[in-house]
Amino acid sequence: MYSRVLRRKITNQLAAVLLGLAAIIAVIPLFSILWYVLKQGISGIGVTFFTNLPAPVGVPGGGMGNAVVGTLELVLIASIISIPIGLGAGIYLYEYGNSKLGAVIRFLSDILSGVPSIIVGLLVYLLVVLPMGGFSALAGGISLAIIMIPVLTRTTEQMIRLVPDSLREASLALGATQSQTLIKVILPTAIRGITTGIMLAMARVMGESAPLLFTAFGSSFWNVNLDQPIAALPLQIYVYAISPYDEWHSQAWAGALTLVGIVMIITIIARILTREKH
Amino acid sequence: MDNQIRVRGFHAWYGHHHALKGITMDIGSKEVTAIIGPSGCGKSTYIRSLNRMHESIKGTRVSGEVKLGDKDIYSMDPVDVRRKIGMVFQKPNPFPTMSIFDNVAAGLKLHGYGSRTEIQDRVEQSLRMAALWDEVKDRLNDNGMSLSGGQQQRLCIARALAIEPQVLLMDEPASALDPISTLRIEELVEELKVKYTIVIVTHNMQQAARISNKTAFFLDGELIEYGNTTDIFTSPHEKRTEDYITGRFG
Repeated sequence: MYSRVLRRKITNQLAAVLLGLAAIIAVIPLFSILWYVLKQGISGIGVTFFTNLPAPVGVPGGGMGNAVVGTLELVLIASIISIPIGLGAGIYLYEYGNSKLGAVIRFLSDILSGVPSIIVGLLVYLLVVLPMGGFSALAGGISLAIIMIPVLTRTTEQMIRLVPDSLREASLALGATQSQTLIKVILPTAIRGITTGIMLAMARVMGESAPLLFTAFGSSFWNVNLDQPIAALPLQIYVYAISPYDEWHSQAWAGALTLVGIVMIITIIARILTREKH
Repeated sequence: MDNQIRVRGFHAWYGHHHALKGITMDIGSKEVTAIIGPSGCGKSTYIRSLNRMHESIKGTRVSGEVKLGDKDIYSMDPVDVRRKIGMVFQKPNPFPTMSIFDNVAAGLKLHGYGSRTEIQDRVEQSLRMAALWDEVKDRLNDNGMSLSGGQQQRLCIARALAIEPQVLLMDEPASALDPISTLRIEELVEELKVKYTIVIVTHNMQQAARISNKTAFFLDGELIEYGNTTDIFTSPHEKRTEDYITGRFG
């Protein structure tokens, strides 16, 4: 009797230790990334890093200003395209998602979110880059948008579903129509969660390099035109990291630090938005 | 007393479940009619079919007739039905993104009602009728969720009253509240019946006995007995009614 209790206690303790260990191991990569990126990258960060163009090997004072702007522009284009579509699809799935068509769309959207991002890049190469006759910021933005859409669709639907039915009923019982209920009651209640979802989707595509390889292509010059190739931090990091020059390696680290910094800021803002209550 | 709502041979189904089986019942104007019965007897379905709120659940079907005055509510636009027949739910459900003021004004704004001052007047009037004005008049811009549960429920009543319905349906409006808040809701019902026809579903038989003029006893989707509250509670005709109100089942 007593020994059985003891054995259960020991098993329990053992399980707690093992699970705790797994939890610690799970977050070790994050801390090592932060540590290494900070250690290696901080020396390369300076004002000129954000204002200057990449410089040839041996020429001091090169920066990644164009890549920082390029990444922000690509994510902006992707957001402008994907937010209306993702939100619209999410709302559709909530309102009419119980139908056969709704189930099919939900399933396809899930598959799309699992498609490797380099395949998305190939698709956009065929559909946008070839017809347009060259690599472009627009093509890069479109490929990031395609990655964002299923994420936004799912988050929007889930966030709207979290709005209690009692609020829907309250609105309908006041004589509101379906669409008034959606616009005046349901969306305002869900907007915080949806905004968080949008920001996390933006953070997710910001670090994508594969879909940009044959769409945005990268560039060593300033460019904000939609129909021209544009630089992006992940591409620039890749190019510099595989080069044989120490100077460029340190720039790559600085670029990595910048990217991680932007993503972290967005994630933290998203976090604060979710937590804040009235 | 004339009848405001007339229900004739009314049936309701959820999918294959026959929830209401041929209800015929007249609901008197400016009276309180209580609906009692054990869980699952169809009383919530019944009250929700009076303003067609049951239609928000998929797979519902009804037959029979429900008339408000001389109009069949099932041939009216549900939006119109719900403007004339307001509803208060079991759990207080103020809109969490709106202030106290905006909660009460919500219905008015939905229907594009009136000027600013008109809306202000109507909000004050509704909050007074719901006996909440004195407690909130200095904090109308606070969020509706900052109120206590009982206050939230009175806010929901004010919200329903603001669009001036003829009938107020209350689906167990006090069952989620503490005894003191419950008492306030009951006092409120007493005052509101001067102006409104009230139908209230309740699990609490003492509550039905205290506040209603008429009581209807539902069991398994049927209306077993319906009459003056005093008669139902003192000398019911039906054995099943007597068993229920004396606590032998349910």
